[in-house]
Amino acid sequence: MANNREGIGMLSPYRVLDLTDEKGFLCGKLLGDLGADVIRIEKPGGDPARKTGPFYEDDPAPEKSLFWFAFNTSMRGVTLDIEKPEGKKLFKRLVETADVIIESFPPGHMDKLGLGYSDLEQVNPRIVMVSITAFGQTGPYRNYKTCDIVAWAMGGYLYVYGDVDRPPIRISHHSHAYLHTAGEAATGALMALYHREVTGEGQHVDVSVHESSARLDMTHKWDMTRVFLRRGEWLGPVTFRACYIWPCKDGYVMWQFWVGPAAALWTMPFIKWMQEEGVTDDFIKGIKWVEIDTGIEEGARLATEVLSRIEGLVMKFFSKHTKKELDAEAKKRGVMLYPVADVKDVVESGQLASRDFWRKVEHPELGTSIVYPGPFTRCSEADLAPRVFCRAPLIGEHNEEIYIRELGISRETLSELKQAGIV
Amino acid sequence: MSRRLLEGIRVADFSWAYVGPLTAKALADCGAEVIKIEGRSRPDVERAAVPPFKDNVPGFNRGGHFNSVNTSKRSLCINLARPKGKEVAKRLVAWADIVIENFSGGAMERMGLGYEVLRKIKPDIIMVSSSMQGQTGPDANRAGFGQHLTSLSGIVDLAGWPDRDPVTLGYYTDFIAPHFNLVLILAALLYRRRTGKGLYFDVSQLENGVHFLSPLILDYIVNQRIAGRMGNRVVNAAPHGVFRCRGDDRWCAIGVFTDDEWLGFCRVIGKPDWTRDAKFSTLEARKENESELDRRVEQWTLGHSAEEVMALMQTAGVAAGVAQTGEDLLEHDPQLRERHFYWELDHPEVGIYRAPRPPYLFSICQFDVRRAPLLGEDNEYVLKELLGLSDEEIAQLVIEGVLE
Repeated sequence: MANNREGIGMLSPYRVLDLTDEKGFLCGKLLGDLGADVIRIEKPGGDPARKTGPFYEDDPAPEKSLFWFAFNTSMRGVTLDIEKPEGKKLFKRLVETADVIIESFPPGHMDKLGLGYSDLEQVNPRIVMVSITAFGQTGPYRNYKTCDIVAWAMGGYLYVYGDVDRPPIRISHHSHAYLHTAGEAATGALMALYHREVTGEGQHVDVSVHESSARLDMTHKWDMTRVFLRRGEWLGPVTFRACYIWPCKDGYVMWQFWVGPAAALWTMPFIKWMQEEGVTDDFIKGIKWVEIDTGIEEGARLATEVLSRIEGLVMKFFSKHTKKELDAEAKKRGVMLYPVADVKDVVESGQLASRDFWRKVEHPELGTSIVYPGPFTRCSEADLAPRVFCRAPLIGEHNEEIYIRELGISRETLSELKQAGIV
Repeated sequence: MSRRLLEGIRVADFSWAYVGPLTAKALADCGAEVIKIEGRSRPDVERAAVPPFKDNVPGFNRGGHFNSVNTSKRSLCINLARPKGKEVAKRLVAWADIVIENFSGGAMERMGLGYEVLRKIKPDIIMVSSSMQGQTGPDANRAGFGQHLTSLSGIVDLAGWPDRDPVTLGYYTDFIAPHFNLVLILAALLYRRRTGKGLYFDVSQLENGVHFLSPLILDYIVNQRIAGRMGNRVVNAAPHGVFRCRGDDRWCAIGVFTDDEWLGFCRVIGKPDWTRDAKFSTLEARKENESELDRRVEQWTLGHSAEEVMALMQTAGVAAGVAQTGEDLLEHDPQLRERHFYWELDHPEVGIYRAPRPPYLFSICQFDVRRAPLLGEDNEYVLKELLGLSDEEIAQLVIEGVLE
């Protein structure tokens, strides 16, 4: 069903035309969840991204991509071939009443189609156009190709994480670089919209996957000391050791030992906990945690020595308990220990349940409803909190609603356009 | 000089560490006036404790993270524990359009600066409280940093090799939360222009992080599948990974997704015999023989620099990119240089340092990225010019230990 807003949402007065591929999906979702009227425009037959899994009941059909479902909530959907003359005309008619266009074609593509910013500005001088590309509209790499692992590598975040005896590593499954990029695109779109409300001028926003990835900035060590950060080093030795991931009875927990002044608050309660469970020895009893702070290099050496000697004991301690047990006890004792949660743990989280985070979303086409992550904030005005207004659109689901009822095209014309592959 | 995007917008920024400051940085770099409220006895952890410091010498104004994440802001250094300090903070809120804070749940209330108090001072204030797990719920008050949240939100579990423990991703979720904060702040500004009303947002960084995993969440909900670790592999490409190149710890990422790209890839590496083996002729076949494929690819990449691999592959239409170090990014990346992504800023204590602008460019509006402030550098400006305090009033604050 249509996401009938009735004026709900901070962005309810705005219409967004969404032409993006995976690089921009989250952008349309954020704007739609905030109340904007987002119209997703797909090629006739459906967007290629619908082939991306995982799938509902592992059935790789175009209307069953869980990836598509996840990142295209709160939108209506039409089909349109903007490469054909009739399609361009229809697109321009949509632009007349739109506030924002988001697209992620390669640099120059929309210009070649006669649908670049300078063209669409003629149609609607107030339009804000957000163009997402791999490396930006300009520059020596503008025609380079990207994918998540390439973006992650070039942005610098890849190099500094992973085991030292293996290649640096990305986050598995769908692209995080594209999620960050789409987040930046949403911010850029809203900045330009705000500016337009004040000045009346629209503008063109140039968002780059490369820059959005480099925003996860790992350059500080080089800039300050002319030594670059390597994996396995991470935060370094001054007041606390790099994060440890410890195996426990049924998975992993994250726990790090703090040395120096911070140890009194953050390490001693953990030591006490171990001792109360009888997991201790003379060496660990004798460690003066607060005093391990004798300058940067010396502190590192000492901390490493101490930690390698007690590692076995700490492993033994964790092996006796499950993630849940350790988490619960850590909370009681004010210890900064957290489980390495998997998706099951996340879905079962008591905190998320108490925040009423999950939402049932109707999928009438599947004859069921599915529980989704819900509002990404709470709001003092309940009506204005972002929400999943509706599930992602089916292919061409709102063609009639938008082309016939809103643009006034006749049913016959729509049928002809469909036959000609325009719609 | 063209108008700045957010000219005239005023921000009272109580935040510290990464999430709040990164959020406020985007606003400041885009022209909002951002006053960062700090304390000498309770300094931002990035000033006081987190390396790297310039030349490895610690100091409140020498922190690499701090100076990069707090560009374009002004610093007001006051003691918020003192009643008069709270009064100054409240006067600043009366001046502001937006309040940002990222303390653990309930902290602002306990300081007497919660939304209910602040909205009485400024009814249309827009306030964002971004805490680890939200202001409510059984875990609202738990302390933690970005690395803990990255673990709690399910993301750490997805990084690493299938045959090994997961690996840390640092404070990764600290980079997710600002996206959500920013769209909320900007949407609220638009809403307020229309209605004159302010809003309060109780944002949970955990909830933000979980949104980044939505497809995998749905996969568990619908198919009971618990997503695992895949190293650097993906289901729809091969070769796909990070390959060792010539030199000391030099790597290039490569992703071959389509048949055309595979043909291009083979041309680049000189069409050796092994590429004609049926084992590698389709994506499906390459996935089945991926370990051998990876070894063969790396035999080739080891003979080239990472830069050569990238250039040769990209010319052939294959996505490839150097695994860039901090040095690569700041000194060698020609794309970021051409687009003036990093700005050189002149700082009284550390000299010239680099910080990035926001990752978007506008056709009309320009950025003005300014160096991070010294601690308390703008006390006089804020108190006198923004809040209208007299010299006597300011002297009194010094005497009472409110101004640090």
